[in-house]
Amino acid sequence: MFVIVLLIFLSLVLATGFLGAFIWAVNSGQYKDTYTPALRVLTEEETTTKETPKH
Amino acid sequence: MGSAIDRAKSPLGGDLAARLPIPAFPTHSGASADSTLPACFHCGEPCNERVFSDSAKVFCCRGCQAVHDLLAENGLGHFYDLNRYPGVRMRRSSPKEQWAFLDDPAVTQRLIEFSDGEVSRTTFHIPAIHCVACIWLLENLFRLHGGVGKSVVNFARREVTISFAARELQLSDVVVLLASLGYEPALNLGSLEERSEDRAERKQWLQLGVAGFAFGNIMLFSLPGYLGFDSLSGPLFRSLFGWLSLILALPVLIYSSSDYWRAAVLSFRHRVLTLDVPIALGLGALYGQSAFEILSGRGEGYLDSMAGLVFLLLCGRVFQKKTHERILFDRDYKSFFPLSVVRKRGGREETVALSAIEVGDHLVLRNGELIPADSRLLSGTGSIDYSFVTGESETATKVSGDYLYAGGQQSGSAIEVETVKPVSQSYLTSLWSHEAFSKNRDSVLDSLTNRYSQRFTKIVVAVAVVAGAGWLLAGQLDRGLKAFASVLIVACPCALALAAPFALGTAQRLLGRLQVFVKNGLVLEKLARANMVVFDKTGTLTSQRTQTVSYSRREGGVAQSGSSSIPDEQYALSICRQSTHPISTRIAEELSGRYPSLPVENMREVVGGGISATAGGHEVVLGSRAWLGELGVVAPKAKLPPGSEAYLAIDGRVQGAFVVGNSLRPDTEQLIEDLGGKYELALLSGDNERERMRFRELFGSDTQLFFNQTPLDKLGFVRRFQQSGKSVVMVGDGLNDAGALRQSDVGIAVVEKPGAFSPASDLILPACQVARLGRLLRFSRAVTRVVYVSFGISAVYNVVGVGIASMGILSPLICAVLMPLSSVSVVLFACGATTWVAQQCGLTPDELRGSPST
Repeated sequence: MFVIVLLIFLSLVLATGFLGAFIWAVNSGQYKDTYTPALRVLTEEETTTKETPKH
Repeated sequence: MGSAIDRAKSPLGGDLAARLPIPAFPTHSGASADSTLPACFHCGEPCNERVFSDSAKVFCCRGCQAVHDLLAENGLGHFYDLNRYPGVRMRRSSPKEQWAFLDDPAVTQRLIEFSDGEVSRTTFHIPAIHCVACIWLLENLFRLHGGVGKSVVNFARREVTISFAARELQLSDVVVLLASLGYEPALNLGSLEERSEDRAERKQWLQLGVAGFAFGNIMLFSLPGYLGFDSLSGPLFRSLFGWLSLILALPVLIYSSSDYWRAAVLSFRHRVLTLDVPIALGLGALYGQSAFEILSGRGEGYLDSMAGLVFLLLCGRVFQKKTHERILFDRDYKSFFPLSVVRKRGGREETVALSAIEVGDHLVLRNGELIPADSRLLSGTGSIDYSFVTGESETATKVSGDYLYAGGQQSGSAIEVETVKPVSQSYLTSLWSHEAFSKNRDSVLDSLTNRYSQRFTKIVVAVAVVAGAGWLLAGQLDRGLKAFASVLIVACPCALALAAPFALGTAQRLLGRLQVFVKNGLVLEKLARANMVVFDKTGTLTSQRTQTVSYSRREGGVAQSGSSSIPDEQYALSICRQSTHPISTRIAEELSGRYPSLPVENMREVVGGGISATAGGHEVVLGSRAWLGELGVVAPKAKLPPGSEAYLAIDGRVQGAFVVGNSLRPDTEQLIEDLGGKYELALLSGDNERERMRFRELFGSDTQLFFNQTPLDKLGFVRRFQQSGKSVVMVGDGLNDAGALRQSDVGIAVVEKPGAFSPASDLILPACQVARLGRLLRFSRAVTRVVYVSFGISAVYNVVGVGIASMGILSPLICAVLMPLSSVSVVLFACGATTWVAQQCGLTPDELRGSPST
């Protein structure tokens, strides 16, 4: 019986982790634009020698 | 029109992917396939003037070539692989100084979203973004300048967010870089306004996420209870699951449904019963009853239903908002004012921010620029187009010393003006801040759902009280309390609350595919109740663009002596150039570029007659047949296509006639006929009476036609119609009829490009869809019926549920099955029926493709 209680708590921890990931995704602006990313994949170059952006 | 321009106008929103010019494979050909002129490798415009050839590539201008070379040098040639002719035509080169005002600390501070001294971030609206290649190029800006960091494009909003090194680059440098590629940002007063929508949008997602998380987990805990697994529903697990569900449901109650609580409290304070009240009551009762059951060990409660309901409600809300996120309805006049203006001080011209302008400043206004504040003309000839303010196209000629109102647009050569009033007090802003323009349209009570819920809530509360009191009087306190709570729970208007958002949301989404954008669901409900349609003329029923110009040369017309090489059109063009009459300007527009102008002397213009002048040594007269008769030129009546006629005579001999064609939009007659029987119609035009006869014919004898209306007159008319009990739909040009649009019950803005600015409108209708207005109205009524039927279905559920509940014998299982079942079935019905209705009304994108519109 105890193992079920343990599993339930593990599953809750896991689910809370996913909720945390979702909150992070929303806060980092990933839901702001759900359209452009779909277009962006079309422009990937075959030879990816992209320089890293300089700040 | 070249493809680049057309593409730049390609509308926002809707199913963008379908219209994106994404080629199946990269094309390298430099020449256009279908045009006789070679197409510019960069922008695709036909190269009709000068051709600059760079090996195999052809460019229409130096600007395009420069951009190409710049990209090629920096290893960005991939741009041209992504799309055919991806570039934006370099119409004009903007001097760096033009952007100098951006470095004014006050302006910079407001445009920069974030800065830590090292890196600054800003977002620009760039209307020219039109294809995949644009996204790629703008996101690779860092390759063109080391100081630019990450740049991210939001295609739907035509925005780019750029981070740059604040020490290396100033804001103006970034804009210059963008402008040098043809991506000139639209900078106006509106871009200085702060955006608050981001936070609201974020909260909406978070609320939905939390509700979904809780719903899923609570569901898992409730399952054993439903299925009756004895080993798991033993006392230990029962209380464990109960407690966990209670904890999980708490954030749903407090955070996810906070907007419903707030709305309920608000409506309670205003003493109106919106639907939020029973929702909040129901949620509260659900949680309370569940907590009571769980804590006292009597049962599992209904927390899964509660979380599920909140989750579905929030889904409905997101669904409804999704459709118009790309269209900004709430932009105001500020988005139309430029941010900067050229000021002349001490003989030098400088670009300054609009906010820096003081009374008495001397400003230089070039062709196409707006007058930012009321001013007096100092030098130059003002040819001011007030269409922005009055809505009509005729330009007013102003001379030195004349008073110019803000909002006019100068066309022609540059003028110098002295400001008389500060920017904020000028005519235009006072017009916009007119009480009626800023009318609070907060009419929650109007919505169908809320009118229904008025009665609904009262009945539910009454039934709950009666049921509770009944059992109480019968001496069964326990059963009475249970009945009271059960009624509130079962009657919690889940299905009711879901019906309208999903039906109207589906309708909005379907309309969005047709480029018809609806501000919110309420608009569709109001549209369904309308009984009067008021049209504006210019830009709505007629269009500058659809005017055709044709020239019929008189049969047997003689070529003038000695100058047979000069065609008639060239004479006509030369004198039309000098006139500001709409017909002359239209003819000039049509002919210019095809012929050079001749020198013109002795120009004379007679109102209602025509124009005469000496051009290239010949006496040229262009005007009505009657007027030519007065001048002693007999023009034989020719068989001409319908439209406004202008006869051309050279040296006293009639050569032919120009016809400026019927400028009504296609299918207008059909539209008027469609609407005629069902709606009262009216026409409000700011134009003069010239076309009264034509519109009388079009509208029939019992329609009210008003001409010479100012925007305020129009507003007054709409209000008077409303006071006489009409529910008015105003169809107008988004900008010019803003007051009337706002006053009307439903303001429909007709726009040439859906991305355009349409203040005060409730519904944005692309010009090519005007003829579909009848179908749109029919659709709105059908959708309203769908909502009513959904209400009916949910009412049946409620009556059955409440009936059982008030007996006080409702078992948790029935309750738990009934609630999701009713919600889901209503959602499915609402979406399905709306889609079906749209097909019945002929409002599907396939229909659009088949029709000869645009």
